[in-house]
Amino acid sequence: MIPIPEVDLGGILPALVLCVGGLIVMVAGSFIPKRAVAFSAIVSLVAVLVAFAVNSPLRMMNRQAFSGLISLDPYSWFCNVLLLIAAGITVLTSVRYLTDDGQELYEYFALLLFATAGMMFMVSANHILVIFIGLETLSISVYVLAGLMPTSPKSREAGLKYLILGGFSSAIFLYGAAFLYGVAGSLSLPAIAKVLQTGAGGKTALVGMGLLLVGFSFKVAAVPFHMWTPDVYEGAPTPLTGYMSVAVKAAAFAVFVRVFFAALGPLQVDWTQILWVLAVLTMVLGNVAALVQNNIKRMLAYSSIAHAGYLIVGMVAGKEAGTSAMLYYLLAYTFTNLGAFGVVALVGRKGEANVMLDDYRGLAASNPVLALAMSIFLFSLAGIPPTAGFMGKFTIFYAAVKAGYIWLVIIGVLTSAVSVFYYFRVVMKMYMEVPEKTPAALQFGPAMILALGIAAVGVMYIGIFPTTYLDLATESVKTLF
Amino acid sequence: MITLQHYLVLSAILFTLGAVGVMFRRNLIVILMSLELMLNAVNLTFIAFSRYLGSVEGQVFVLFTMVVAAAEVAVGLAIAVAIFRQRGTININDINLMKW
Amino acid sequence: MNGYLPILFIFLVATFIGAAIIVLSTLLSRKNWTPIKLMPYECGMDPIGSARRRFPVRFFVIGMLFIVFDIELIFLFPWATIYDKLMIFGFVEMLIFVLVLLVGLVYVWKKGALEWQ
Repeated sequence: MIPIPEVDLGGILPALVLCVGGLIVMVAGSFIPKRAVAFSAIVSLVAVLVAFAVNSPLRMMNRQAFSGLISLDPYSWFCNVLLLIAAGITVLTSVRYLTDDGQELYEYFALLLFATAGMMFMVSANHILVIFIGLETLSISVYVLAGLMPTSPKSREAGLKYLILGGFSSAIFLYGAAFLYGVAGSLSLPAIAKVLQTGAGGKTALVGMGLLLVGFSFKVAAVPFHMWTPDVYEGAPTPLTGYMSVAVKAAAFAVFVRVFFAALGPLQVDWTQILWVLAVLTMVLGNVAALVQNNIKRMLAYSSIAHAGYLIVGMVAGKEAGTSAMLYYLLAYTFTNLGAFGVVALVGRKGEANVMLDDYRGLAASNPVLALAMSIFLFSLAGIPPTAGFMGKFTIFYAAVKAGYIWLVIIGVLTSAVSVFYYFRVVMKMYMEVPEKTPAALQFGPAMILALGIAAVGVMYIGIFPTTYLDLATESVKTLF
Repeated sequence: MITLQHYLVLSAILFTLGAVGVMFRRNLIVILMSLELMLNAVNLTFIAFSRYLGSVEGQVFVLFTMVVAAAEVAVGLAIAVAIFRQRGTININDINLMKW
Repeated sequence: MNGYLPILFIFLVATFIGAAIIVLSTLLSRKNWTPIKLMPYECGMDPIGSARRRFPVRFFVIGMLFIVFDIELIFLFPWATIYDKLMIFGFVEMLIFVLVLLVGLVYVWKKGALEWQ
């Protein structure tokens, strides 16, 4: 008799809700020819809210489900909350974009929900197999999403480039997993840690660790594995670019942290050195390359590379202080970057006609509230108080100083001083310059206003009252160690 | 006697061939085939370790890798067809609206 | 071992005769090629057009659908080997799996990807 595996659907209910929502969108959308997008958006929002509600018990849990494949702990809870916020705001910012062509691209929402569900499996995984399946569910959905726009050759190209480099990095990740399997005889994270603790494995374990590191670096867009980022971010539909830069990055970092601290903890001395170098390269190249961009989507793409650099500083700082700072930073970054890309989508108008920096000239005169919101997001990206971005950077650098990485922090502060320049360039264009000819009026929708409002309030609120959220982040990472 | 080392060396060679193919070939279909080759090299590693360690976990992993690889290639082909319809080419060098 | 010698002998003779027939007939035959003789053999039918032309893109669509739905079967094999031991639990699990696939099929159908116009 084969023992029936324990089934604990309660623990993975948030992800299941999203999957069911996605299936409903897929089927129902194809049966309603008219207004499929509006219907799908409502279904997606409901699914996200329900998932949010059923996610809350995870905060109190600290156990494993499905024979140790999934771990239900506050860390999963925090990451799930973050991903659901990102998914919700993205649904709101995408609605108008999808009906612009007169095509009802309702599949967008199904794929978005599947991608989010994949991420949620990924962040609560306790076994590399589950990480891999979650990673691919997310990646394949996002490949299609990036290439979804039927009339835009750039979108197709972005999907293609993302697919090739994403597949490449997945293969490298898997090869690393294969070596760790050879060392440990199992791919469960605690089992790997147990074997590595005895000092077994030697070179093979290091090779496996290195390959995993390269795979993750591709996913989080760390230099020198970043070359896909600007192209894919430029070509993908703008609301989705925001989602990719926030949710995909957050999920990848969450898994990065879990695998490297929970499974590869015994090798920390080795990988900290590599990450130190990666952090420096990423911060410097991301910020310097962003200086010379004229397309705002490309500029924000390089800025998101730079932010990956700051987050890696948190990993280098290590243990509880560093990782909890990363979680807080990711929360701040979620609101900030989704808001910024929401504004870019709004100003870009139909078919992304206006995505150059010069298109922001005189925005303050024609749309003062929108310009104010964009300024808040850009200030937060630059790390200027009292926004959330400032507190995020501060906690990360503080953790790194305490861990003794003074030079790393000096480089980080210098590069973020550089970043102020290119963020302020946009603010200057909005407030100081006048457009050559009056651009067409912006099409505000209620969904977009709601999304930008949530993002702006979020940025200010968690920037001014950070204590609650910092405590939550600290509490969430406790079970990791 | 064929040992674990033989399989590992073979899969390393296959993986490298696949990686080189992805980086240097210009035809999209060939690139997708090279990706498949990389994933299959990984599968071989898993199976070799699984046999060597006498543990079944690696074989389970391979089943999932195969399915995922198929899904990835299906999406890749779909995007290739879409690009071919738009531009009449699937040469990577000609797909360069944005800086690579 | 001696018992296998005749087999080796027969094997060598067979190889020699086979090779000799091919080599001799290539060397000694008169070569008188006509267009009809050069035509590819397709079960006696005259071939129509070149075999190396582009396939309509619909084949790719069908191919993609085939890859995806075919490869999912891989999960049915391990399940089938222990089906009787998993009892109702395994049955329900697989039912859900196939139902999810079915949703995909309904979507493909409604999108018209199965039509061949």
